[in-house]
Amino acid sequence: MPEYQNIFTRVQIRGGEPEAGVPVDEKVWTRDGTPWYAYWMGKLGDAQVGPMYIGGLGFAAFLFGIVAIIIMGLNMMAQVNWNPYDFVVRLPWLSLNPPKPEYGLQIIPPLAEGGWWLIAGFFLTASILLFWARTYVNARRLNMGTHVAWAFASAIWLYLVLGFIRPIAMGSWSEAVPFGFLAHLEWTNYFSIYYGNLFYNPFHALSIVFLYGSALLFAMHGATILAVSRYGGDREIEQITDRGTASERAGLFWRWTMGFNASMESIHRWAWWFAVLCTLTGGIGILLTGTVVQDWSAWAATHGFFADDTHYVPEN
Amino acid sequence: MAMLNFEKKYRVKGGTLLGGDLFDFWIGPFYVGFFGVLTIFFALMGTALIFYGASLGPTWNPWLISINPPRIEQGLALAPMAEGGLWQIITICASIAFISWALREVEICNKLGMGYHVPIAFGFAILAYLTLVFFRPLLMGAWGHGFPYGIFTHLNWVSYVGYSYGNFHYNPAHMIAITFFFTTTLALALHGALILSAVNPVAGHKVRTPDHENTFFRDTIGYSIGTLGIHRLGLILALNAGFWSAVCIVISGTYWQESWITWWEQLITPPENFYVAAEYFASK
Repeated sequence: MPEYQNIFTRVQIRGGEPEAGVPVDEKVWTRDGTPWYAYWMGKLGDAQVGPMYIGGLGFAAFLFGIVAIIIMGLNMMAQVNWNPYDFVVRLPWLSLNPPKPEYGLQIIPPLAEGGWWLIAGFFLTASILLFWARTYVNARRLNMGTHVAWAFASAIWLYLVLGFIRPIAMGSWSEAVPFGFLAHLEWTNYFSIYYGNLFYNPFHALSIVFLYGSALLFAMHGATILAVSRYGGDREIEQITDRGTASERAGLFWRWTMGFNASMESIHRWAWWFAVLCTLTGGIGILLTGTVVQDWSAWAATHGFFADDTHYVPEN
Repeated sequence: MAMLNFEKKYRVKGGTLLGGDLFDFWIGPFYVGFFGVLTIFFALMGTALIFYGASLGPTWNPWLISINPPRIEQGLALAPMAEGGLWQIITICASIAFISWALREVEICNKLGMGYHVPIAFGFAILAYLTLVFFRPLLMGAWGHGFPYGIFTHLNWVSYVGYSYGNFHYNPAHMIAITFFFTTTLALALHGALILSAVNPVAGHKVRTPDHENTFFRDTIGYSIGTLGIHRLGLILALNAGFWSAVCIVISGTYWQESWITWWEQLITPPENFYVAAEYFASK
């Protein structure tokens, strides 16, 4: 393999004007920040950082997000008696927990018993929804499709199911996920055990299929484009509108390998749907758990696919 | 028929690693090659053995058919056919088929004048598979530590092995692997969406340009990695997902033998009021 495989950028261009971005009608807000170059980011992709369009939505999203993070941080600080050293060292264990079960869907329970969780969740959700609006508006400003926004909406769906829709369906905020590194993993673990092993939840299975499938697709797509980058394969829009030799070779590679190939445009549709369906099916799976189905193992047994085989457990 | 209208000029001789011109031809859309012959032979043999194993087993329910490895008590010995021997042979068939498939991809790369990124990427997946069924069982001293070949039985195995180490989510390499999986999916969504949004613009507008793509991402998050960089990033993220998955399982039972929760506890003492989901769910 003596030839260069184009895995990093060898020559970075400097000097001249940085890219200012496609001009749009600017009103109150304009693009902010003087662009600068990051050498090591330039090894992998573009070196230029900025400018950024913050805008009213971005400003609001930032403010709400900061408030949410400060509330979480202060609650975690309180857990270690306001000791900054302990806060840093024990951060993985710290968490801001949802309300206790006795408060049901009450707004707002005592702050120390879940009230702060509700407030932080409100601000975080507001921040995320405002950021969603930015992805929509920023695309429309450039007369682009809104595919990024709708993909983001699929992720927000899963987030809302976990922290908002399912708790309401179950009648208690206590059903929601805590904010915390190890705490949310702890929750995930016992959630699965309590409802009889989430692996038997078909929507969980689909979600994992799309998660692994996304990794597979990006490995295949990223590798294919890099492999034909010597023919300009990375100029995908050009290859979509006017098929060149890069597209032809990329397509034939898969046709000869597995008898089928996507096109330069359709691979991005595969990509978009796999990623979107990951959180879409995941959200459905979580929403059904505890509301419609109490025990996924029992559910699987009813439908004839529970594997009770335990040959791998040592006998002694 | 089998050939696309631009395909003929690309069907050139040569580029083979083994077998010279002997298998240098196509069947329908498929390239054959020496490694294609090897792949199809071992894939068919492995599949046939799976069907044979299913015929010996208790069920024809496709969700539950399972080819199990030998019992752990058997150690690293060759097992009788019906008691794990089939699993051992099928594992060998699968490994040869996977590696041949990767080498066939190398030959196709040679024919098309492409880089070797795809077979190298596939190599990571093969490595992860071999870690599960070969390297870890070898380190643990029993083929019985491999996973069973069945749709829901392999999930049962993942569940069982996960809980054997307390809570597998606490395995730091598992955390890294999952983070890479989620990040890959996020990046894939963003990349797929960005390309689609550029070539499917607002009605009445021309197809957008890479300048628009860069502008959208700089406007939104202050940085755009660019048309080439996103494919490098995607490949790196995806390969890391597979690599760290292999790491997280190979260190379980070898480097660390107890609960992964205690790994964190010996690292950092948890605060007394740590959220215990176990208590919450137990009290429901």
